[in-house]
Amino acid sequence: MLRFIISRTLWMIPSLFVVSFLAFVLIQLPPGDYVTTYIATLAASNEVVDQNTAADLRQRFGLDQPLIVQYVKWITGILTRGDFGLSFEWQQPVSDLIWERMALTLILTFSTLLATWGIALPIGVFSAVKKYSIGDYIVTFFSFLGLAVPSFLLALVLMYIAAVQFGQEVGGLFSEQYVNAPWSMGKVFDLIHHLWIPVIILAVSGTASLIRVMRANMLDELGKPYVTTARAKGLSEFHLLVKYPVRIALNPFISTIAWLLPNLVSGSIIVAIVLSLPTAGPLLLQSLMSQDMYLAGAFVLLICTLTLIGSLVSDILLAFADPRIRLE
Amino acid sequence: MTVTELSPRGAPGAASAPGRTVLEVRNLTTHFPVRTGVVKAVDGVSFNLERGKTLCVVGESGSGKSVTARSILQIVDAPGRIVAGEMILHRPDGSSVDLAKLGNRSREIRAVRGAEIAMIFQEPMSSLSPVHTVGDQIMEVLRLHLKMSKAEARARCVELLRQVEIPHPDRAVDRYTFEFSGGMRQRVMIAMALACNPQILIADEPTTALDVTTQAEILDLIKKLQQQHGMAVMFITHDMGVVAEIADEVLVMYHGKVMEAGDVDTIFHAPKDEYTKMLIGSVLRLEQKAEIRLKRPPIDTTAEPVIEVKNLQMHFGSPKAPIKAVDDVTLKVLPGETLGIVGESGSGKTTMGRCLLRIYDPTGGQISYKRADGSKVDIVAADKETLKICRREIRMIFQDPVGSLNPRMTVAQVIGEPLLVNGIAKGRELDDRVADLMQQVGLNPEWRERYPHAFSGGQRQRIGIARAIALNPRVIVADEATSALDVSLRSQMLDLMMNLQDKLGLSYVFISHDIGVIRYMCDRIAVMYRGKVVETGFTEQVCDAPTHPYTQALLSAIPRPDPRMRSMHKRHRYTG
Repeated sequence: MLRFIISRTLWMIPSLFVVSFLAFVLIQLPPGDYVTTYIATLAASNEVVDQNTAADLRQRFGLDQPLIVQYVKWITGILTRGDFGLSFEWQQPVSDLIWERMALTLILTFSTLLATWGIALPIGVFSAVKKYSIGDYIVTFFSFLGLAVPSFLLALVLMYIAAVQFGQEVGGLFSEQYVNAPWSMGKVFDLIHHLWIPVIILAVSGTASLIRVMRANMLDELGKPYVTTARAKGLSEFHLLVKYPVRIALNPFISTIAWLLPNLVSGSIIVAIVLSLPTAGPLLLQSLMSQDMYLAGAFVLLICTLTLIGSLVSDILLAFADPRIRLE
Repeated sequence: MTVTELSPRGAPGAASAPGRTVLEVRNLTTHFPVRTGVVKAVDGVSFNLERGKTLCVVGESGSGKSVTARSILQIVDAPGRIVAGEMILHRPDGSSVDLAKLGNRSREIRAVRGAEIAMIFQEPMSSLSPVHTVGDQIMEVLRLHLKMSKAEARARCVELLRQVEIPHPDRAVDRYTFEFSGGMRQRVMIAMALACNPQILIADEPTTALDVTTQAEILDLIKKLQQQHGMAVMFITHDMGVVAEIADEVLVMYHGKVMEAGDVDTIFHAPKDEYTKMLIGSVLRLEQKAEIRLKRPPIDTTAEPVIEVKNLQMHFGSPKAPIKAVDDVTLKVLPGETLGIVGESGSGKTTMGRCLLRIYDPTGGQISYKRADGSKVDIVAADKETLKICRREIRMIFQDPVGSLNPRMTVAQVIGEPLLVNGIAKGRELDDRVADLMQQVGLNPEWRERYPHAFSGGQRQRIGIARAIALNPRVIVADEATSALDVSLRSQMLDLMMNLQDKLGLSYVFISHDIGVIRYMCDRIAVMYRGKVVETGFTEQVCDAPTHPYTQALLSAIPRPDPRMRSMHKRHRYTG
């Protein structure tokens, strides 16, 4: 087991190098660079930048050097100093920009995850155990409804209700007075107060699909002979459901952790933009649009690293949860 | 050794001497409401279970024997439910309770399950949870019913595992079920069932998925534990040999009804009911050679063999530590004969059969096939074209009549496919050929547009045979072709195969673990053990006077369908 973990971790190193290079190349692929975009923005406000200034700018940002040199500089900076470079657009170190956003993204994603699993798994189990009952039909109806409604639409509706009915300030994760304030109890309460709208919106579609998956997993397990064995032992229905079929039906969810982590960064961009949440998604989009290559590169690298870590974590957890995998 | 009286049906209480009868079942009726009406799975069944006695419930698939057993514990799968009858459980303290009156989720029935009446199931693999340790699953019962502490339960669990003869019980406790063989898993099931010293043990086909030698050990174990604990055992099986070996009383079921009940000797030697007679008859028929074969002149052993296998090797796994599934096998198949290949699971008999068609690429050796024109082909080394021709002439019949037919193809498509893909017939001609083939295997050609699910198991196996003979083959490899069929269908299927053999001049390689089937049909036998052929010879010679100790051990473990010839306790083990 330990050997498996070590070898998997070691394999991550070459994969990360390949992935980071690919990420860098991909970001450079669209024609032009940050300077071109910058000039275009200035031109839009009738300012003209001549060729010399542009060349100056390129030199200052190091954009005139060959791709491979730029990559080596970038990656050595990350490896030796933890320096992800400077965001052209924000004129701030990339790492500062990202970490601030990531902390809030983490809070939002994990609250959503807890809400989703907390609601969906019990309902999924109920729906499977009471297959074709009225309750099952109601749950099925609502889960299909949840699947069908686009989350940005739900965001708009909820914002309207929250603003008009409850008079709550919507959009963002903080009230105005706390946005730039240092952390305090007041700021935490303010965050919780704002968090529920995005959590509900993000949880609705997640819950809907998860109920269906859990129901299907459970239905596969419920008819298995080991459930009958447990019943013949005299266990109560609730006890045996939780101990046997639910336990095994949960295993597939462990593998979803692999794509849960990268979702931290790139997931739910539309909802975040609609609600103007200060999370990572909108920043990533913005950096890609303005060809802010160090910021975008850092994000892509982060997504890739999280994907690799996520699959490692889910593999290890699966091996702990299912002895059959451990054996191989 | 033991004789029990079954109380005459319809006279409850007459024979229920106090302290003897533990369970009285009267007019038990279990229905399954389905869209088209109601399936009466159990239809007015009555019987008694007595202390220290074994009641065998026999019947073919669909007879309702399993549902009867599950009804007792009220664990019938949805939508089945008990609609009438009573099941009176007499407790040792003199009180009694009608199980049919208890709700299927009530605390009362749960206190009975596992504690007073325990059950073991057919599939030891899937009947235990794969993700919990053996100890966890056994201790659960102890803690639930006997309110033991964790440490006590663990000690008792080790003790139970020792009772069911699992090696190193103190370590086995923390193992998972997939680390055990089928026989060991069934022992774990038995340990779990016995945990609370139940008065009644219900065993639902507990040895059907096991090899004969393992079966003999499990039956022995159940008998031994029954004598120690004085349990009543209700043993459900379709194997008349097992019934003859262990039963005190027998209940013959058909379509949810009891056809006949009585002590084991009467059932076997003086059956009254027509169905029982038919059942016993079809079992006895498989105890000797088929009439068609007795009438036929013996095969010409000097003829040149159709298939000659020399030093065949088939290894799996890494070349450093290979698993030798087929290890240096040499045998021959003569024209027009049936060669039986017999062995237990893991003996390599199926792998051997598949190598004959090169479904697997053998690691070494030769399979020399003599074509109709006299030329010889080595199947192991043959190129693609030659192999294609050989596969037209060597066909296969599979074990599972459900899994081996594509559910989305009509019967005509299934049977016609080999003709079509080999470009032999199409259109009108194909239709005629298919109709002719269906007639040959005893299927009505008018059914050709139906899908496989509309046919019974026996009919499906006929479809498989029709598909195999479609290309006028010279050799057919039949892998456990009758194992999934009820005993009454088995001899019919074998007779059909033998008729076709004589008519079409086929050679069969007949792979089976069932010595009865082999004896009925085969001219010669090869016995396989751990990848090697340990003995070959004429059927009578191998069956009646085996020379190799493994063959002797194998034959001694097979229960004979005659209660007057109980012989399993005389069996011996082969450990070579």
